[in-house]
Amino acid sequence: MAEITMIEAIRQAMDEELARDENVFIVGEDVGQRGGVFRATVGLFDKYGGERVIDSPLAEASIVGVGIGAALYGMRPICEIQFADFIHPAFNQIINEAAKMCYRSNGDWTVPMVIRAPYGGGIGGGLYHSQSLEALFTHTPGLKVVVPSSPYDAKGLLKSAVRDPNPVLYFEPKKGYRLIKGEVPEGEYTVPIGPANVTRAGSDLTVFSYGMMHYYTLQAAEAVAKEGIDVEVVDLRTLYPVDRETILKSVSKTGKALIVHEDNLTGGYGGEIAAIIAEGAFSDLDAPVRRLAGPDVPAVPFSHPMQDWFMLNPAKIAEAIRQLARY
Amino acid sequence: MEKKEYLDLYHQMVAIRRMEERAAELYQQGKIGGFLHLYIGQEAVSTGLIAPRTPDDRVITAYRDHGVAYNCGLSAREIIAELLGKATGCSKGKGGSMHMADVKKNYWGGHAIVGAHLPLAAGLALGDLYSKTPGVTICMFGDGATNIGYFHEALNLSKVWNLPVLWVCENNQYGMGTAVDRASAVSDIRKKADGYAILNDEVDGMDVLAVKEASAKMLEEIRAGGGPRFLEINTYRFRGHSMGDPERYRKADEVHRYQENDPIGMFRKYLIAAGIASEEEIVKLEDVIEEEVRDAVEFAENSPEPAPEELYTNVYFETY
Ligand SMILES: Cc1ncc(C[n+]2csc(CCOP(=O)(O)OP(=O)(O)O)c2C)c(N)n1
Ligand SMILES: [Mg+2]
Repeated sequence: MAEITMIEAIRQAMDEELARDENVFIVGEDVGQRGGVFRATVGLFDKYGGERVIDSPLAEASIVGVGIGAALYGMRPICEIQFADFIHPAFNQIINEAAKMCYRSNGDWTVPMVIRAPYGGGIGGGLYHSQSLEALFTHTPGLKVVVPSSPYDAKGLLKSAVRDPNPVLYFEPKKGYRLIKGEVPEGEYTVPIGPANVTRAGSDLTVFSYGMMHYYTLQAAEAVAKEGIDVEVVDLRTLYPVDRETILKSVSKTGKALIVHEDNLTGGYGGEIAAIIAEGAFSDLDAPVRRLAGPDVPAVPFSHPMQDWFMLNPAKIAEAIRQLARY
Repeated sequence: MEKKEYLDLYHQMVAIRRMEERAAELYQQGKIGGFLHLYIGQEAVSTGLIAPRTPDDRVITAYRDHGVAYNCGLSAREIIAELLGKATGCSKGKGGSMHMADVKKNYWGGHAIVGAHLPLAAGLALGDLYSKTPGVTICMFGDGATNIGYFHEALNLSKVWNLPVLWVCENNQYGMGTAVDRASAVSDIRKKADGYAILNDEVDGMDVLAVKEASAKMLEEIRAGGGPRFLEINTYRFRGHSMGDPERYRKADEVHRYQENDPIGMFRKYLIAAGIASEEEIVKLEDVIEEEVRDAVEFAENSPEPAPEELYTNVYFETY
């Protein structure tokens, strides 16, 4: 099996889906000739041409809106938003149009589209190139929200997203694009949207995370293992709809839960996981549910030390694990 | 125009150029992180545009904002310090390259979400209209920004409400890697203003004096109650969209052709040919600027990082 980067896995998934189904196309700013700001679509314009890898004017509401229309028509758009931070102009299209289409038409209309958006900080991008926005969308039935944390999942989940008959928001941890490497098999496979993944079995406590923070959580788990703390790690992968069963099963096993995400704490996705645990595994808990999340400030500041204070990292996660383990 | 004014324009353009060159070096040394959008090639645009403004006139722009900041009176020191994310920067390190601002100088920033600041400009102008103050809001944006809805909404209502705003499109021929004609239904961007019955004009953005004259004229018309105006300034960015841009979307030849019309080189020649300043005087001025920028870099490098608590400050305004 070949070891590839996260971004290469994403590129491969799009390449294979474009080859498999002629209704699949990519639309976004500079996705064509330039190959995307992060170079996720490099080579696809040359291979599939400008009709299928479409450079859009700077107009996010229309990138998504056109995607919705084309999806209604029966096509399979992959809409690229250069940075998740630029998705806000398209918010109306996503929440009011894409998410409600199937429901309002009693299933006559479907929106089989994917919106890809790189999210997260740690690359010096500052206020408007670092946001984590999943919680804005995990509140909305009708949407599916996916955040991969490994090249294997990135490829398999993106292929599932393209084939899914519903709108899927696919948030990519941009800091991990080239940092996270992993084995990806040759040939066809998919990873289903829905199930979470127990990526490390353990007995003392469970850490729930996703995306870049899952990558850091695995490192933190290894670090505390040397101190005798045996951590179970669950990669949530699909945030909406969420896999309650895997969450509750793990908590009943370990009795302690820590939820880690980069997005800020208040109103963040971790609150939902905490509620699921409180409702479904209360009697199994040996400690209060803990959340470790980004600070409640409006954005990730630019200056390097400030960004570091904002961002979680393996050391901060390890410390939160130790505290919970001691409880 | 007095000799001092000519030399002041030259000073500003050269200072911007030198700052940007040093910024590129600092970026390559890893001292500036994230994204850095240089203004090299476009110096005459903001220099000429802002020169005739009065202290009442506001300036608001996109993320390619270091030069604009300098033209608005921010010092090289606070600009470079901001690029390095230092506590002494104009945005105390919180903002960085794309989010410079100083409201005391009526410079309303640096905005990173393309097009999003146009309605804000209309709102600032509404304030001036409402309070019957003589200020005009000068709103700068790129050609790419004219394709997003915000642009069209803002232009339309600025005309309907007769707002004192000067819309300025810096047409540098590309939005990131996309040539204007690949993204915009009309390549002469000012024609979009026709759709909203806003009087418009174009000017050569490589000619600082022409830009200044066009700006002065429009500012006067707006100040007299004439409502919004639209100025398309044709220019070219000599460097990539941001640092690290592989620039596959244009040919080196094209860049060289534009570089032959370097706005700074041409203005320098003009100053000498027209007998406004001697070569010697200009070299002396260039030395002064060199020192100004060297000092700014030294200041910035020696400045402290922000304090950890700053992460949590100013989330809300506490006292009114
Ligand atoms: C809403 C939004 N979409 C996309 C981007 C990414 N982006 C930043 S600059 C840019 C091109 C803008 O081109 P133009 O307006 O011509 O300005 P220039 O860079 O040429 O100065 C793009 C697509 C963004 N910052 N905001
Ligand atoms: Mg442009």
